[in-house]
Amino acid sequence: MASMEMSRSLPRSRRDPEGRTPRQDKFSVLLPTYNERENLPLIVWLLVKSFTESGINYEIIIIDDGSPDGTREVAEQLEKIYGSDKILLRPREKKLGLGTAYIHGMKHATGNYIIIMDADLSHHPKFIPEFIRKQKEGNFDIVSGTRYKGNGGVYGWDLKRKIISRGANFITQILLRPGASDLTGSFRLYRKEVLQKLIEKCVSKGYVFQMEMIVRARQLNYTVGEVPISFVDRVYGESKLGGNEIVSFLKGLLTLFATT
Amino acid sequence: MTKLAQWLWGLALLGSTWAALTMGPTLGLELPLTCREVLWPLPAYLLVTVGCFALGTVGYRVATFHDCEDAALELQTQIQEARADLARKGLRF
Repeated sequence: MASMEMSRSLPRSRRDPEGRTPRQDKFSVLLPTYNERENLPLIVWLLVKSFTESGINYEIIIIDDGSPDGTREVAEQLEKIYGSDKILLRPREKKLGLGTAYIHGMKHATGNYIIIMDADLSHHPKFIPEFIRKQKEGNFDIVSGTRYKGNGGVYGWDLKRKIISRGANFITQILLRPGASDLTGSFRLYRKEVLQKLIEKCVSKGYVFQMEMIVRARQLNYTVGEVPISFVDRVYGESKLGGNEIVSFLKGLLTLFATT
Repeated sequence: MTKLAQWLWGLALLGSTWAALTMGPTLGLELPLTCREVLWPLPAYLLVTVGCFALGTVGYRVATFHDCEDAALELQTQIQEARADLARKGLRF
């Protein structure tokens, strides 16, 4: 590989402590998990496949919040199979928030780019090389996966879910004019220092947290690129979008509207 | 300026313009009757138009919301492949 030849020709002193040559990028995937025993091996397999096929330097950081279903044991097996330089286990005792999971994960990340995504197979790693391509193309600080533009779409949503999703997105676009088509999406690539800065500034939880990240990013004049993605919802029959969630989403949206 | 502030400013600007024009006679501005007849219900008309536009846009977007059948199928195949490969590598599910 070209990158290996580069690292051999540069004197050791010029390589940074994390083993990266000056021109080589490394991508750290943060995977917060809770009860993902079934999906974790599959998502890791897909990630490894995507990265290896594209010759990308990567690491996967699994942040398990004390899952009772044995997620941690599966993660340990994966670490043995793929190596502890590629699979990093950084678990926590109990279920804490997503924001703190990112902070915790980033402390151990040696990449200069961070990828956040869901571990339940709704986000497909095959889009990651496209995120990277897009980032290079426009030198973006953030690349966000969008379900609402281009080829983007979803699978497994009924009419009611689609209406709520499009309706909420419409209101969000009108009120916040965010410059990104999918604000509640959580499949994104960030420059490490950008993610660190944004997490410091964000105060919301849940869907609104992801929205706030983009809104704050625009405030700080960071650039956001978009890549259409397909979102495969496999959680059948379970109502993930109850009245409570909608109410807290609206509250969060109005707070952002009034404060940014 | 927050988005809320921008909206309030915009509404205040439009609102005061409309109020000034519709209260023409009292402020000494004489507009032809036809103008005033249109101007007076304008906010209500605009609200209805905007409402229809919003419903139409959301309706259109829901109707054209892309259903990723292929992605779901591809994922199913890859899951089978992954399970087989991982079992070979020694993973105990």
